[in-house]
Amino acid sequence: MTGAATPAATPRAFAPLFLSGPATLFFIGLVLLPLALTIILSFNSYDYTAGIQNDFSLANYLTVLQDEYYLSTFWRTLRLALLTTVLTVLIGVPEAYILSNMRKPWRSIFLLVIIGPLLVSVVVRTFGWSMLLGKNGLVNGALAAVGLEPVQLLYTEAAIVIGLVHIMLPFMVIPVWTVLQKLDPTVEAAALTLGASRFTALRRIVFPQAALGILSGSLIVFALSASSFAIPGLLGGRRLKMAATLVYDEFLIELNWPLGATIAIIVLVANLVIMLAYNRLIEQQAKRKLG
Amino acid sequence: MQRNGPVALGFHSLIVVFMLAPMVVVCLVAFTPENTLAMPWNGLSLRWFEAVFHHNDFMSSFGNSIRLALLAATISTLLAVPAALAITRHEFRGRDVLNALFLSPLIIPHLVLGVAFLRLFSLMGMTGSFTWLVATHAIIVTPYTLRLVLASLTSMDRNAENAARTLGAAEWTVFKRITLPLLLPGISGGWLLAFINSFDELTMSIFVTSPSTVTLPVRMYMYASESIDPMMAAVSTLTIALATVTMIVLDRMFGLDRLLVGKG
Repeated sequence: MTGAATPAATPRAFAPLFLSGPATLFFIGLVLLPLALTIILSFNSYDYTAGIQNDFSLANYLTVLQDEYYLSTFWRTLRLALLTTVLTVLIGVPEAYILSNMRKPWRSIFLLVIIGPLLVSVVVRTFGWSMLLGKNGLVNGALAAVGLEPVQLLYTEAAIVIGLVHIMLPFMVIPVWTVLQKLDPTVEAAALTLGASRFTALRRIVFPQAALGILSGSLIVFALSASSFAIPGLLGGRRLKMAATLVYDEFLIELNWPLGATIAIIVLVANLVIMLAYNRLIEQQAKRKLG
Repeated sequence: MQRNGPVALGFHSLIVVFMLAPMVVVCLVAFTPENTLAMPWNGLSLRWFEAVFHHNDFMSSFGNSIRLALLAATISTLLAVPAALAITRHEFRGRDVLNALFLSPLIIPHLVLGVAFLRLFSLMGMTGSFTWLVATHAIIVTPYTLRLVLASLTSMDRNAENAARTLGAAEWTVFKRITLPLLLPGISGGWLLAFINSFDELTMSIFVTSPSTVTLPVRMYMYASESIDPMMAAVSTLTIALATVTMIVLDRMFGLDRLLVGKG
């Protein structure tokens, strides 16, 4: 970036270092270093009177992996994130297909309706659900209007899943829609002309091509659901914890930072393992498609 | 392209209702004259909006969030543009590693980053500092600026740059007069996405804000989990209005589908 008029060899060689240097230093200092410190912290022990001890022990990991409370929270996190992923596939994939079949201007209008909520804070949308699902909320009001008993929805796992599906739906629609955009519509039309039923055409033509989009969408949805904070925090109440609300409690209420760091590291490792496994799967899919 | 049948359109209508319902309810409740979270069946009132503008905590959090998002998006852009130039225009060892490092905030859960920043700042004795809060936000929004700048760099026609060089322009002149103007849509799109993501960030910020630096999402989260009165609905409605305006502007300028759906 110096005003070298002739592209001499030496300045060119240093150029990438010079250009990416600030960002690299920034990311080493504020991503790698804090992560390393957190890993160290997870091996420190904690004393309720003396605070964080500068020692090395596996005690936190043993506690977290043996205690009923933590295990049940991990299990809930995994279960609800999986359920959310399955539901967003079941809802988001048909919706993306319907969107891609729409004509102008409806297609862009409804795409905005589906992905526009991404611009509204998660807290606001979750707060909306807490009003809808509350004891005197609209859902129970509708049930009462048709003569049904009110149900407890807020502070249940059902409420968390409803909130998660709402927040995650755009992340499923976007990749599937992108893939469907690239799909040649005449192939599906050809299948129909050749006498395939609508269902067969979907199953044999559209679905295989959309598979990559569905895979990458599921990955994002699962990862974001498993570490989501606001939704279990506001819709799960004090009793139903998920991994993120558990870490929050350990850090800011119990003040047992090493234990909180342990849970956070487990969340991180689980995330990375699932991402890598998924990437392998996607690569295999892509290879098979290319023959 | 197939036509959507009645079943498909019915399904689609349900999804649209599902996506809009929570926001519509929030906006309606904000106009309630009552003291509880009730639908405004018995007339409309602006009293809760007035209450928001007299609520010092909400107003100062809003100011914090705006300043934070402006600074974080700008710093992130200043880091991402040269980094993207290095990644696309130069062959060097560790290039893929660098690219992965800069995009890593998308893969590392914000919860983990929040914990990690809290640990770092507590060891540095810097907890609750606004400057460091800006740095954390610059980190988490950099993937967005970087991706958009990378996309416009790779799709850019290099002929204009080469022509300028052939005509004797210095590297810096080529950058200033040719490359930068061509990059501008990517840069501004990335900056806006970064701004929005910083402005809405909750999970990481809740660990690194202090009472004086609380951002709007953190304040709203605390408020919604502690007290339930229609003021929360009024604040939410204001942010929904802000998001709608942003959405329309973004859609006119870039096409929201292109910006949010992106090209990878």
